[in-house]
Amino acid sequence: MSAVQPGRIAAAFERCRGQGRAALVGYLTGFDPDHERGLASLIAACEAGVDVLELGVPFSDPTADGPEIQSAMVRALAAGATLEGVLALASAVRSRFAELPIVLFSYANPLLRACSRDAAGARGFCQRLRDLGVDALLVVDLPPEQASILRAPARAANLDWIGLCAPTSPPARLDKIVEAASGFVYAVSLTGVTGSALDANSHSLRSQLEDLRGRTQLPIAVGFGVREPSQVRALAPQVDGVVVGSALVKAGRSGPDPLASLVADLRAATSKG
Amino acid sequence: MADIPPDSDSPAALGDFGQFGGRYVAETLMPAVEQLAREWPLAWADEAFRADYSRILSEYVGRPSPLTPAPRLAAAIGGGQIWLKREDLNHTGAHKINNCVGQVLLARRLGKTRIIAETGAGQHGVATATVCAYFGLPCVVYMGAEDVARQALNVFRMRLLGAEVRPVQAGSATLKDAINEALRDWVANVADTHYVIGSVMGPDPYPSMVRDLQRVIGDEARAQCLDRIGSLPDAVVACVGGGSNAIGIFAAFIDDPGVQLIGVEAAGEGLDGRHAATMSRGEVGVYHGMRSLVLQDDDGQLQEAHSISAGLDYPGIGPEHAYLRERGRARYLAIDDEQALAALSLLSRTEGIIPALETAHALAALESLVAELGPKAKILVNLSGRGDKDMHTVMGRLDAESLALVERARAHSSQTKLGEGTR
Repeated sequence: MSAVQPGRIAAAFERCRGQGRAALVGYLTGFDPDHERGLASLIAACEAGVDVLELGVPFSDPTADGPEIQSAMVRALAAGATLEGVLALASAVRSRFAELPIVLFSYANPLLRACSRDAAGARGFCQRLRDLGVDALLVVDLPPEQASILRAPARAANLDWIGLCAPTSPPARLDKIVEAASGFVYAVSLTGVTGSALDANSHSLRSQLEDLRGRTQLPIAVGFGVREPSQVRALAPQVDGVVVGSALVKAGRSGPDPLASLVADLRAATSKG
Repeated sequence: MADIPPDSDSPAALGDFGQFGGRYVAETLMPAVEQLAREWPLAWADEAFRADYSRILSEYVGRPSPLTPAPRLAAAIGGGQIWLKREDLNHTGAHKINNCVGQVLLARRLGKTRIIAETGAGQHGVATATVCAYFGLPCVVYMGAEDVARQALNVFRMRLLGAEVRPVQAGSATLKDAINEALRDWVANVADTHYVIGSVMGPDPYPSMVRDLQRVIGDEARAQCLDRIGSLPDAVVACVGGGSNAIGIFAAFIDDPGVQLIGVEAAGEGLDGRHAATMSRGEVGVYHGMRSLVLQDDDGQLQEAHSISAGLDYPGIGPEHAYLRERGRARYLAIDDEQALAALSLLSRTEGIIPALETAHALAALESLVAELGPKAKILVNLSGRGDKDMHTVMGRLDAESLALVERARAHSSQTKLGEGTR
């Protein structure tokens, strides 16, 4: 099922394209380090120029994440974070930023658990996400073979399903992933966990992105290990969006002002020219 | 609360355990997992591969392991014919090495040059380090910091064997966190590294592959029963953490409808306190690459397990166990820390065998099983490991509770005529 009308995600990438730059996709873990300060971080990042917000649901066992995001999830859970609490944050962000796309990032289990608790099942849960103002789901441990359990109800509720492509994915898998994706395709830049060291100028990354470009019309955002404006500058001409996660989480630990300052610097580096 | 609805798109090919199993891993790992799923059946069907595996199990591990009658234990618990499958006599002291030999052989076949593993009690880590030393492969073992502290002897053994032990501080600093960290290492080094998962868990094909490699326990035991007892046993009993020793011995009896299969999990301080009783209290979840039962809260966060035995201190369980129970083919009991300690003590005094604390959970279930099945019941127990590694833990508990334990043991001895059993 396809979107009835262009959603906020498509509109945001279109807007950035019109401005001759890549979109800045900013990740923050919800509830880090608690509800109030977590909300302050989200608002600061969005006001400073994040084009697409990736809001992380804390999980006890985040196997795809490096130390920075793991620690954020530990802080959040210690502060009593729940999925409902993170959805309340999404709702609060939506009330302030009407056009900002919100991607809910999660491991499968908290979402599947919520589906099983919703009286209307996965369909009901996904519809509720949509009503709260969430635009898309990015579920790191649901590869295409296992995704239908959530992807089908998400698409039915007009939520986009972000596809993750890895440097290790062979061509046949890439085609399967982009075919199942909507909204945008997330190109994982490196073979490792979030926050690892990235060479943004590597030849292999360049050819990985070129190859992916030939496989899909969807916007492509590249992420994992992007932390500095120089990396954003190197990547922006090749893609439609650049994802920054661990670096924002780290800056957020020092408060909203350093976070906003980093976001502004990264945003200024998104120009394709 | 309703369980998560089955994934209609998830074919039996992804695990073959009904609604359980699957491959729930990050995309970066999917090609490696697919390669294993493709290559494992080919390796297992390859006569040369099987010959290598069997030869190493024979000349290095010391298989076949014996089947030992336990008449004095039987007399102490009210009867029954008790037979012990002696995996404790394997090289490195537990069943774990059967799996490690096979997986490291597979890693070599696939051209992988580096081995990683997780470990709880340290037995799987020691077995992996041992096989890596045997083949001259570098080995990194992830182990929860909590487990590093309570299993100092095994940590030293791994280091002596040339492995690098990396303590994991995250989360509960136990087995589940060691698995998380091993998965992160694998994501980063998947090109040259094989992850030797130590139990029948993780993404497909691990649960099936580890079962195939541990099935030697059941195949030997079944033949030994027919030879020594002249019939199949009435029941097969094994402890269950992730569940590899249990699946290994169950596998050979699954098609024998007359043989009851009984797994014993850790009730820790009791089912209403801290425990590791996934079958009793777990619900369907997705974690560690699979869909199975898991101890979790209402929000889908994994809970910390507890057992006096580090090897059972895991909030999840292999998907085939969840499937066997759903089909009604196996049932699962829970034994608490105290009962396990008492059973460890009892087997030591009656048979001169000090079992691992994990194994002691299976032994502790025997008394009620004999009462249920009758004094003539033939019961096969997987004696999955020896207790040397646990002496520090047991000494600590005996120091704290020595009077009470000795008193209980005395009372138990007189009631159950401990002195009457003879060989």
